[in-house]
Amino acid sequence: MKKALLGFFYAFMSLHVLAVNDELILAEDFPTKLSDFTFFNDKSAQVPAEGVIPYDLISTLFSDYSYKQRWVYVPKNKKAEYREDWVFDFPVGSVLIKTFYYLHDERNPELGKNLLETRLLIRKEDQWHAVSYAWNEQQNEAFIKKAGKTIKTSWIDEFGEENQVRYRVPNKNQCKECHAANDLITPIGPKARNLNKNYKYDDGSFNQLTYWIKKDFIDSVPLNIKSPVDWTNEDLDLDSRVRSYLDINCGHCHATTGVANSTGLYLHLNEDRDTHLGIYKKPVATGRGSGGNLYSLVPGKPEESIMLYRMISKDPGIMMPESGRSLTHQEAIVMIRDWIKQMDKR
Amino acid sequence: MKKIIFFWSLILLTSLTVSAKEIFIEPSDNSQEEVQTALIELSSGDILTLSPGTFVFEDGLSLDVDEVIVRGSGINETILDFKNQMSGAQGLLVTSDRVTLKDFAVADAKGDAIKVIGAEGINMINLKTEWTGGPKSTNGAYGLYPVESTDVLIDGCVAIGASDAGIYVGQSKNIIVRNSVAQYNVAGIEIENSYYADVYDNLSSHNTGGILVFDLPDLPQQGGHHVRVFRNKVIDNDTDNFAPEGNIVGEVPRGTGIIIQANSDVEVFDNDISGNGTVNVSIVTYSNETQDENYNPHPKSIQIHGNRFGEGGFDPDVETGELAAILFELSGGNMPDIFWDGILPTSQIIFGQPDGERLVLSNNGDATFLTINPLKYLLPFFDPVETDISEYEGEVRPLAEITINSF
Repeated sequence: MKKALLGFFYAFMSLHVLAVNDELILAEDFPTKLSDFTFFNDKSAQVPAEGVIPYDLISTLFSDYSYKQRWVYVPKNKKAEYREDWVFDFPVGSVLIKTFYYLHDERNPELGKNLLETRLLIRKEDQWHAVSYAWNEQQNEAFIKKAGKTIKTSWIDEFGEENQVRYRVPNKNQCKECHAANDLITPIGPKARNLNKNYKYDDGSFNQLTYWIKKDFIDSVPLNIKSPVDWTNEDLDLDSRVRSYLDINCGHCHATTGVANSTGLYLHLNEDRDTHLGIYKKPVATGRGSGGNLYSLVPGKPEESIMLYRMISKDPGIMMPESGRSLTHQEAIVMIRDWIKQMDKR
Repeated sequence: MKKIIFFWSLILLTSLTVSAKEIFIEPSDNSQEEVQTALIELSSGDILTLSPGTFVFEDGLSLDVDEVIVRGSGINETILDFKNQMSGAQGLLVTSDRVTLKDFAVADAKGDAIKVIGAEGINMINLKTEWTGGPKSTNGAYGLYPVESTDVLIDGCVAIGASDAGIYVGQSKNIIVRNSVAQYNVAGIEIENSYYADVYDNLSSHNTGGILVFDLPDLPQQGGHHVRVFRNKVIDNDTDNFAPEGNIVGEVPRGTGIIIQANSDVEVFDNDISGNGTVNVSIVTYSNETQDENYNPHPKSIQIHGNRFGEGGFDPDVETGELAAILFELSGGNMPDIFWDGILPTSQIIFGQPDGERLVLSNNGDATFLTINPLKYLLPFFDPVETDISEYEGEVRPLAEITINSF
C-alpha cells in the first residue's frame, strides 16, 4: 500500500516536473543545460513532454549525412498562423527543436544513436533567437555552445563503411547565416507546403497539417498548397526534384532577402529567370570558387558548371554551402549532374 | 554651480563606464572558442581588445553585434592566423552596423580575409590582410571586402596577395578608401557596382591591375557612378594575372594601371601613374554578353586630368584577356598611356555623345592616347585609330567630395 502510494506520488511529481518551462523560454538568457527547458521526459531527449509534437519535412537540408529529429512546441492556448509562401507565424513562446544525430550503424538502428546537438529556435517577445546545445559523451545532457563546437566522430553507413566526419555545431552567428531574412532570424523549414505530408504519430498516421489543426496549433490552412517534392524520390520529375533540393539547401541564402543577395544567383522555388538561376551566369565575387569555369550552369556540361564544382568541393574557400557541411553529398551530386547534362542547350 | 557640473559629469562618467565594457583576450590553445564567444557576447558600445601575438583559428570568425570595436595592437603585433582553417568561407565576417575594426592582421584565410555584408557604417582602420605564400591562385579572393554596405571607411590598411582584389568594395554607397597599400594582388583596389566613392592617397603597386572601377550586370545594385580616384600612386603593377579563370579580373592583363569599365561620372586626377607595362589607363565597355535590360555597359562622363604619367606600355601582356592583344594590334606595338575603346550605344555612334557624357582628358602632361572611332570602324577604307589627345581637352566639372556618416 505504501509502495503504491509512493508510486502514485512519483507519477504525480513527474507530471508536474515535466511540463515545458515557459518562463525559461521567454527569459533573457539561455540556460546552460538543455534539460532545464523540460521539453523531454527522458535524459536523452527522445520522449517529448506534453505539448511537444514531432514533425518532419518533405524536403530537407543536407547536414553531413546526419539524421534530424524535429519537434515543435506552441504554448497552450496560443496558435500559429498560416502565411503564404512562408513559415507559419508562430506565437511568442513557441520553440522549434531539432536534434542532429548519427546512427552508430545504419545497417542496424537498434545499436543506437550518437546524439550530436540539439538546436533551438525560440520565439521570444522581440524576435526569434537561435541557440545550440551539444551533447555530452554520456549522452545524458546537452550543454549550450554559443561559439559552436567541433565534433570529430564517425558512423557506419548502410554499406558497412566507416565514415569519419568533422561535424560542426554552428555558433549563433552561423545559425543566422542561413536563418536570416532581411537581417532577422527566422525559421526556414516549417512552411505549410513543406509540412504537407503524413507522419506516424504515437496515436496514428496523419497529415501533419491536419494533426496541427487537431492539436490546436493552427486554425486552418488553404486546401491546395503547392508543395516541394521529396528530392530522394527518383520516380518524380528530375527538374522538380532538383528545384526542391536547391530550394531547401540554397534558397534561404540565395534569395533577395538572404545573405547571398549580392551574388544575383537566386535558387529558391519561385525564381524563374534563367540568368538568376545560374544559366550562363558569370561569377561575381567567386574567387577560386569558380574552379576556372565561366558560368554557374552550362547546360549539357556539368563539369563546366560552377554550381556542381562548389557542391563537390570540401575546401572552405570553395565549397557551397559555406557552412554546415564538411562532406560531399554524393546522391545530390549525381542528381545535379544529370540535371545539368540533360538541361536544354539554349 | 561648479559643484552641479561636477556632479553631472560624474554621473555621465559612471553611466558610460557601466554601459560599455572592454574585454581583453590573449592568444591561447583555445583561441577559437574564446574569441568567437567574445564576439557573440559583446554588447553595443563594447571593445574587444586582442593582445599582441598570433591567434590561430580552425574556423571562420563572425560578428553580428552593432556598434562595437574590435582592435589589436598593430598589424605586425596582433595576427589572426587562418592557415589551418577547416571551415568558414572567410576569416572574419561582419554582418552588423557601425563596427570598427582596427590594428590587426588576418593571414592566410581559406576564402576572403575580412568580409562585411550589409553594414550601415563600417570602419576598417590600420588592418592588414595577407596571403603569406605570395601570389597564388589558391589564395582567397578578397582581402578587405565590404559589400552591400553604406558609409564604408577603409583607412591605412594593407592588402597583399588576394587572388581577386586586395581591397574590394562591392554594391555599396558612400565609400572612402585612403592611405592604404595594395600589393601583389590581382586587382589592387576595386570599386564595383558602387555609388559615391573617394579613393585617394593610396599606393597600388606590383598587382596585375592597380585600381579598377567596374560595373557588372545581373546584380541587385548596378549602374556604378560618382567615383573619384585622386592623389594615388599607381605604379609598377607587374604581377602576372593569377586569378582563377571565370572571374572578371581574370581578364585583366599584367601591367594595367587604372581601368574604368561601365561606370558613369568617374574623375581621375592628380595621380602618379607609371611603370604599368600594358597600359596606364584604360576606359572600356563591358564586353561580355548579357540579357540584362537595365544594364548600361558603356562608360560615360569620365574625366582624367592633372595626372603625372610615367613610362607605360613597355611590356604588354597579350596572353591575358583581350584588352592587351587588341590594343597591341591597333597601336602596332606602340601602346598609349590612355586607351578608350570608343564603343558607344548605336544612336550615339550616329548622332554623337551628349556634351556632359563626353570623355575629358586634360593636363596629363605628355601622356599618349589611343581610341577607336566607331563610325570609321564600321566603314571600309578608313583607319579607325585616333591618337589626338587634344580632341578631348575640355573643361573639368569636379565631382563633389564624398562625406560619410561617421560614428
